[in-house]
This record gives sequence, structure tokens and C-alpha cells, in this order.
Amino acid sequence: MVTRVLTVSLLAGLLAGLLISALQHVTTTPLILKAETYEAALRAQPAPMQAAFTGEARIHLAHGPAAHGDEHEWKPQDGFQRTAFTSLVTIGTAIGFAALLLAGMIAANERIDERRALAWAVCGFLAFGLAPAMGLAPELPGAAAAELQHRQLWWLMTAAVTAGALFVFLRVGASWARALAVLALLLPHLIGAPHPVAPESRVPAEIAAHFAALSLAIQAALWLATGFAVGVLWPWATRRSAATAAA
Amino acid sequence: MNTATVSSQTSVSERAKAVAAALILGFVLVYTVGFAASANVHNAAHDARHGLAFPCH
Repeated sequence: MVTRVLTVSLLAGLLAGLLISALQHVTTTPLILKAETYEAALRAQPAPMQAAFTGEARIHLAHGPAAHGDEHEWKPQDGFQRTAFTSLVTIGTAIGFAALLLAGMIAANERIDERRALAWAVCGFLAFGLAPAMGLAPELPGAAAAELQHRQLWWLMTAAVTAGALFVFLRVGASWARALAVLALLLPHLIGAPHPVAPESRVPAEIAAHFAALSLAIQAALWLATGFAVGVLWPWATRRSAATAAA
Repeated sequence: MNTATVSSQTSVSERAKAVAAALILGFVLVYTVGFAASANVHNAAHDARHGLAFPCH
């Protein structure tokens, strides 16, 4: 069964990741490149102007020397190499999502088919995409943001609590458990996500808003494609291992 | 519960092992692609992190 889990995760992640990489190439990535031109313009400004931004707002320049060491550090070259790494990372994310989906479904003793895997994938997107995005809206490079570790911690906590609460609400019938689940869903947002003191960005709001919507849609598409692939491939892998065992 | 389903045929310990393997693979991958602080990993994953709404920078 371990082999089946690994095989299905890898195959489903590869298929979904490749598909969504193609979508990213024509949706989110062009907006990131566009935002980087505004970010570069901000970096090119005279020092006093930049100091105003780096003070209270704590702006983090994506590829600036202050944020990520010196200029000599490695990064993929624009063009094919950069696209290839983005695709590779998206495929890795899809394999990870597929594995988490299978972990949840097998732990819950759920029958894994197309419809059920898709339903779990929708919950995966709610927990890992929509709920964290309510506190930390998807950002373009150049946006002002709070300390990275604080945001990552809030993001992970929100995803874990939301996933757990959705499971309890949908699987435990008792009213008190459901009431607790709703409370847990609200809790991360009552605590609140870390935000910068003064949000400042050179990127026009129209582009940032378009990007926020697009990147959430892309994550939703990644979850759905991954869930569907898991739902198709798991029964196939099960038949295959049964046939091998019978032979 | 339909006893003919494959999931109820497999033993609890085998399921536990499968869940553990899937959890480890899932967490390690999602952490590496979305959260690892290494500058090289960050630079390689940059566009995908932004494009999938992970916190970045």
C-alpha cells in the first residue's frame, strides 16, 4: 500500500503539475514579471525616497541585496531556466498536495474514487488556499509585508486548523463538535494575520488585485486537477496491485 | 459499510504505514517548495510561491 501511495502521488502530481504549470505560464507569471519592473523602479530611486519606504512599511524587495544576501547568489536565469524551475516547483507542490490528500482519505478510511477525491480536494483548497488568503492576500513582488516567519507561521496554523475543523464538521455529527469546528474556523481570523504598519506598494492596485484573484484560481485548479488525478489513478493502481497479487 | 471495498480489506497497520508515508512525503515537499528559507530554494521557487499564494519575501 505504501508503494501505491507513492506511485499515485507522483503520477497524479506530475500530471496536475504539468497542466497547471502551463496555466501559470500565461496567467500569474506575466504579472510577476510586470510587477518586477515596478520593483526595479523603486530600487532605482534615490536613497532618501527609498528610506521612507524601508522605514515603517518594512518593504521587502524581492531581489534586492538587503532581502537576500549579495548580488552574486544563484537564481535561475530569465527565460527557459526560470520557467523550468517554476514548473518543477509547481509539480513538487502538486505531488505534496496529492500525498496529503491520500493521507487524509486513507486515515479516514474513505473509498477513493473520482467524486470523493474531488470533494477532498475542494476542502484542501479551502484549508490551504482560501482560508489563509483571507488574512494574507496573495502578493506580488514589491508589496509591503510583515516579517516572513510570522506570516508563514500564521499561514501554516490557519491551514492546519481549517483542515481539522472542516473534517470535524463534516465527519462528526454531534452539535457540540460542529459548534467547536465553526469556532476553530473563525479562530485564526480572530487572532488576525500579521500585517505591516503601513502597506505601501509601487505596483498598481489593478495589477495586484488581478494577481490575487488569479493566483487563488490557479491554486484551486491545482487542487482540483490533483484530486481528479488521484481519484482516477488510485482505483487503477489498486486493480493493478490486486492483479499482481493474484498472479 | 460495503465489505467488498478494498480499503476495508487492508489491515489497520498497513493503512497506518501508508498514511505515515504519505504525510511525510506531503509535508517535506510542501515545506520545501513553499516555506524553506534557503536563498537558493527561494530563488528557484519564487514565481511558483507567488503564483500559488504561498507567503513569500
